[in-house]
Amino acid sequence: MTATVPGPARTFLGLPTAPRGVGHLRGDESFPDAARTALRDGQLRANLGHATSTIRGKRARVVAELPDWAELREAGRALKAATMARLDDHLEELERQVTARGGTVHWARDANEANEIVTRLVLATGASEVVKVKSMATQEIGLNEALEAVGLDVFETDLAELIVQLGEDKPSHILVPAIHKNRAEIREIFARTIPGVDPGLTDEPRQLAMAARAHLRERFLRARVAVSGANFGIAETGTLTVVESEGNGRMCLTLPETLITVMGIEKVVPTWRDLEVFLQLLPRSSTGERMNPYTSTWAGVTPGDGPQEFHLVLLDNGRTAVLADEVGREALHCIRCSACLNVCPVYERTGGHAYGSVYPGPIGAVLSPQLTGVEDNASLPYASSLCGACYEVCPVAIDIPSILVHLRSEHVEAQEKPNAEALAFRGLARAMSNPRLWHLAQRASRLGRLFARGRPTLPNALPPPISGWTRSRDLPTPPTSTFVESWTREHGR
Amino acid sequence: MSARDDVLSRIRQALGPDRTAPAEVARSYRGAGAHPATGAALMDLLVDRVEDYRATVLRCSPGDVAATVRAALDQGLGGGWAAGDVVVAPGLAQEWRPEGCDVDDDRPAVQLADRAASVTAVAVAIAETGTLVLDGSPACGRRALSLLPDCLVCVVTADQVVGGVPEGLARLDPLRPLTMVSGPSATSDIELERVEGVHGPRTLMVVLAG
Repeated sequence: MTATVPGPARTFLGLPTAPRGVGHLRGDESFPDAARTALRDGQLRANLGHATSTIRGKRARVVAELPDWAELREAGRALKAATMARLDDHLEELERQVTARGGTVHWARDANEANEIVTRLVLATGASEVVKVKSMATQEIGLNEALEAVGLDVFETDLAELIVQLGEDKPSHILVPAIHKNRAEIREIFARTIPGVDPGLTDEPRQLAMAARAHLRERFLRARVAVSGANFGIAETGTLTVVESEGNGRMCLTLPETLITVMGIEKVVPTWRDLEVFLQLLPRSSTGERMNPYTSTWAGVTPGDGPQEFHLVLLDNGRTAVLADEVGREALHCIRCSACLNVCPVYERTGGHAYGSVYPGPIGAVLSPQLTGVEDNASLPYASSLCGACYEVCPVAIDIPSILVHLRSEHVEAQEKPNAEALAFRGLARAMSNPRLWHLAQRASRLGRLFARGRPTLPNALPPPISGWTRSRDLPTPPTSTFVESWTREHGR
Repeated sequence: MSARDDVLSRIRQALGPDRTAPAEVARSYRGAGAHPATGAALMDLLVDRVEDYRATVLRCSPGDVAATVRAALDQGLGGGWAAGDVVVAPGLAQEWRPEGCDVDDDRPAVQLADRAASVTAVAVAIAETGTLVLDGSPACGRRALSLLPDCLVCVVTADQVVGGVPEGLARLDPLRPLTMVSGPSATSDIELERVEGVHGPRTLMVVLAG
């Protein structure tokens, strides 16, 4: 990775962030607290270690196969940057094109407004059930809860989302929301929650997938309303795109009478031709395949083929606040492949739940705090060792480490009172600039040996504020004498 | 202010009055002509990539499509199928159709779930990624036709095969409802282990003519 200088602090424009009290962008506890619980779960760590190493190998093989990967990545980065620079124009064009082809476009300032719009549209159809294609945007805004609150039955149809929904769990990965569950745990969830499931169901992945097929088949055939997200929305033609594997997406996009698509405003791409870049970058980075099994595209309504009523909901929910930050706005380039999660040494150990947001891992650590305002996710910019692996694998070259550093500086600058760490470093700076003070400090540090009781490192359970440092780092026991003292003793002055 | 005007005005505020003009995007990646131009090598690449998804490819000469479609149905349905189990796209070439098969009409789409197999043409086949693209034309049929029957047979002709994704997309009309198919439906949601066959057709048979 490149060494970078943190950019200027966010110019405060007062653009609204994602509102509190709705959706899933904020955790109940800070990252270090949640991570400590997760790290004690040996099963979780084993499941994650197995899954992420599998997918890392697959991705590396199919990426190495393309001689022009670097050029595609650079084109992807440049396309996203160019799109953001004219985001307003592209969205207006998208709206014109979708409308011209028989769709209806709605705009939502935030999660509450988007949930209201979708709820109203579903209720207007008279349907009591909704089938859903896996979508990060609708997870972000808590759409399922909003629909259930008015008495609608909501069915997630992606296998991993179904596992999460049936297990009354939370997603922990962008691509594979149930990555934290192994086959035996999934079998247990299916056996317990799917009505009429074969009691002889084993934990073989094929059998589990067939159980999901049987469970959802009838729901697809009777569904009248579907809700989806979108991977790309093409401005010049009004074409929406959903990239998937199982065919559940096709079922939802094809069979119901009404389709409602919720799309973050940053998902617009200017031209049809731009897809030639993203459809090469995305599948290889996410599932490690040359191409995902199914990609569906549609422009408005097609007579005699698919839903005859189409609504597109364009969602802000803090994205314009992210756009206002010249350094942080790169996080909006994300195409949700999840390659950065799979390579992250922190994610691999803590899993996704510790991040508290539907966007976990490195991209989540830069996206969530910006969508909510850094004060609501203050621990996330620190949830990284800044090793740079995320930047290396990002198919659109988002410089995640630099944004993390930028957000840390923003968080520190926002503090009204200096914290213990800042005070300690201020004291250290003072001591190091004065030889007499420095020697005194070194001698005083020897008192630390009293806590060590002969061990090479100090115990983690030191009193605060020192514990803030020692609970996640080993502090070596101070030596009996300093280097200068030893030198003087052995060689004289 | 409407939500629309509000969001657009926020974007303008965020980008500021003197936003930088977007830089030209360098498309220095491989475009048309980067793949084997000769028919045989291109066909071999397509076959290799489609089979890698655990789909089956049957090759034949252009005059032998009908017999090969029947062979594909034998293999895909395990033999013993009746013409009525098979539904074909309304615009599928007459000479490719199994005799007596059902032709898709404007029946409710969900009724297609009663058929065991469907036969369609494609609009484009992309060799490098093993992708078949159906474009909703009469020869490809509506989207539900290639989705609900559990076995999908696609007929590809040599002139429809292109090397890479850029060439493939350039041949397509983005205003049509497109379905890009790369192998049978699959999932990797359980321990990231790929399993073929979830909600879409569990069996994909490709007849490559020429």
